[in-house]
Amino acid sequence: MRLPFTLYIEKRTDEVPGWLPAATSVGSVIAALIVSGVVLALIGANPFIVYQFFYKATFGSWAAFSDTIVKATPLIMVGLACAVAFKMKLWNIGAEGQFYLGAFFASLVVLVPIVPPDSPKWLVLTAMVVMGMIGGAIWGFIPGYLKAKFDVNEIISTLMLNYVAILWNNFWIFDRWSDAGFQMTPTFDKTAWLPRLSDYARQYKAFSGITLHLGVIFGLVAAIVVWWVLSRSRWGYEIRLIGDNPNAARYAGLNIARNIVLVMMFSGALAGLAGMAEVSGVVHRLQERISPGYGFTGIIVAWLAKLNPFAVILVSILFGALIVAGREVQPSGISQMIQGFVLFAVISSDVLLRYNVRLIRTAPVEEAA
Amino acid sequence: MNLEIILHAGLATGTILLFAGIGEILSERAGILNLGVEGMMLLGAMAGFGTALATGNPWLGLMMAMLAGGALSLAHGLVTIHFQADQVVSGLSLTFLGTGLALVLGNGLTGQTVALIPDMDIPGLAAIPFFGPAFFADHSPLVYVGYLFTPLVWYYIHKTRPGLHLRAVGEKPSAADTMGIDVYRTRYLYVFAGGCLAGLAGATISLSVSPGWYSAQTTSGQGWIAIGLVIFAQWNPWRAALGAYLFGALRRAILDLQGVPLLLGFTNPLFINSNFGFFLQMVPYLLTIIALMIGSRAAARKRLGAPAALGEPYVRGERGL
Repeated sequence: MRLPFTLYIEKRTDEVPGWLPAATSVGSVIAALIVSGVVLALIGANPFIVYQFFYKATFGSWAAFSDTIVKATPLIMVGLACAVAFKMKLWNIGAEGQFYLGAFFASLVVLVPIVPPDSPKWLVLTAMVVMGMIGGAIWGFIPGYLKAKFDVNEIISTLMLNYVAILWNNFWIFDRWSDAGFQMTPTFDKTAWLPRLSDYARQYKAFSGITLHLGVIFGLVAAIVVWWVLSRSRWGYEIRLIGDNPNAARYAGLNIARNIVLVMMFSGALAGLAGMAEVSGVVHRLQERISPGYGFTGIIVAWLAKLNPFAVILVSILFGALIVAGREVQPSGISQMIQGFVLFAVISSDVLLRYNVRLIRTAPVEEAA
Repeated sequence: MNLEIILHAGLATGTILLFAGIGEILSERAGILNLGVEGMMLLGAMAGFGTALATGNPWLGLMMAMLAGGALSLAHGLVTIHFQADQVVSGLSLTFLGTGLALVLGNGLTGQTVALIPDMDIPGLAAIPFFGPAFFADHSPLVYVGYLFTPLVWYYIHKTRPGLHLRAVGEKPSAADTMGIDVYRTRYLYVFAGGCLAGLAGATISLSVSPGWYSAQTTSGQGWIAIGLVIFAQWNPWRAALGAYLFGALRRAILDLQGVPLLLGFTNPLFINSNFGFFLQMVPYLLTIIALMIGSRAAARKRLGAPAALGEPYVRGERGL
């Protein structure tokens, strides 16, 4: 029997239409929600009610939307961190660990203390930003150096360092800085808090209970910086060239080893900044599980945004919503499962960008005489 | 600190890494890097445990675990072999997907107890002093399967015709294609085999070595360690087995170290303050990195290395490997 249609797949010779990459991303999210809905239905939940609940918990009110943006804030920075590294085909899977180290170093400012405790707010916060970025950069330097010098696979090394970073933080919060035996440090002084909108609730009534903090501005500035570096600077050109064609880059005389280390440090610093913003803007102390896997979600964010810094912001809001919603429902893996389906759909749909896929009607078969 | 106990436990936990590592070796030998081992293991651990709970039969659980891991790996196969997607990204998303699915479907399995795979002795061999009790007594049958598995897989890869085909597809798919080997089918087959073994590794945890379902903590990163192990082992089953058992023994030795009041005549800091244990827990992860440093250097020196076509999609008629 012959099917009435045949699927033709051929390599694209024409330009990819400008709307197609965005369309595949949107289509992927929708497809992932449908497949996840089927799985939810299989375990006996009503997907429509679940998604309706998701919507209410994330975009249903100003306070809910503010929560979503608060969760999107670290994702923007971590997503940018991944995008920078991925642009050079450097698989930094260690944003999670770099996030933790950033949080740890930022906390040092208050806990050591690095600046005198009665310093003005701007000084404390600036010191925290700098230290957070240094912490993340150190955790990016290690795998970068190991790859440049010993050819150690960065996927494995960054991943292993994630576990090390979390254990390192645990030692300090369980032992040295433990607050009365709890697994957290004492709450920081208000001078170490990033300003929130709710701080201005006295002047503007509408801001009461809105937890949005200054960190989101860090994220937006970081996006602009990353965009400028990648598409306007000489260094960015080198990064893209090495990513697209390492051999050509080597013949052109680019120092690949040096770029590996630098890009890993840049990437780590962005993730570290996210850790700082979370400590200073949300939890106000160092504690266990400050990240519900931001570092890993950042990988999906970067890929779904096709490594475009501004698209990272939009995708982060979507995934921030997924995290907010995921906290509210049981079982706990739902948002992770949806993330997995989304990423799978995105990379599968990439085939549409590289190939022309067409359904062609096959000629009707003549009846045999 | 008892060497016999450490060795015994090392062989048991090493078996987990052994299955996952050899599965990954098969997949990578065919040219497909699958970074989704952690996800496949977790799904396997959940499927095995869940099936054993529902049917009361742990052996059925093992089979379901292998099927679950294999089924998940086929998603990676489809995306990387047919759609030629980036194998790194696809593998990562497989980890997300496997972890998420396992957590959602495994909801409610925590705290349950099931019939486990019974431990057994090897008659005769178990009586050998020292080695008998460590190697051949009180182990899960899966550990003994692991002993046989390593030489069999080595023989298969290096000495048989299908093994030769496997290596050809991973080294130079265009040449293999010319010789009439179906590159796509071979790749699907070994990706599937790798997935089945990862699932088996997961069920080895949940049904035998450290029984139970503790959501994502069940595997706690062992899938990633297995991938590191493959590089350390330079795609050789013997070296993978050695690494896996060493790693297993080390994990146990670290645990036991905390219970000793005196260490070489000095007070053991871990005995006084258990929080120093966090540093000890870092050791397996740091060792993986060090093993990679050694493995990568040795590979570079001997010009040994990854299968040449690892990570490269194959499209018939296109220039490439």
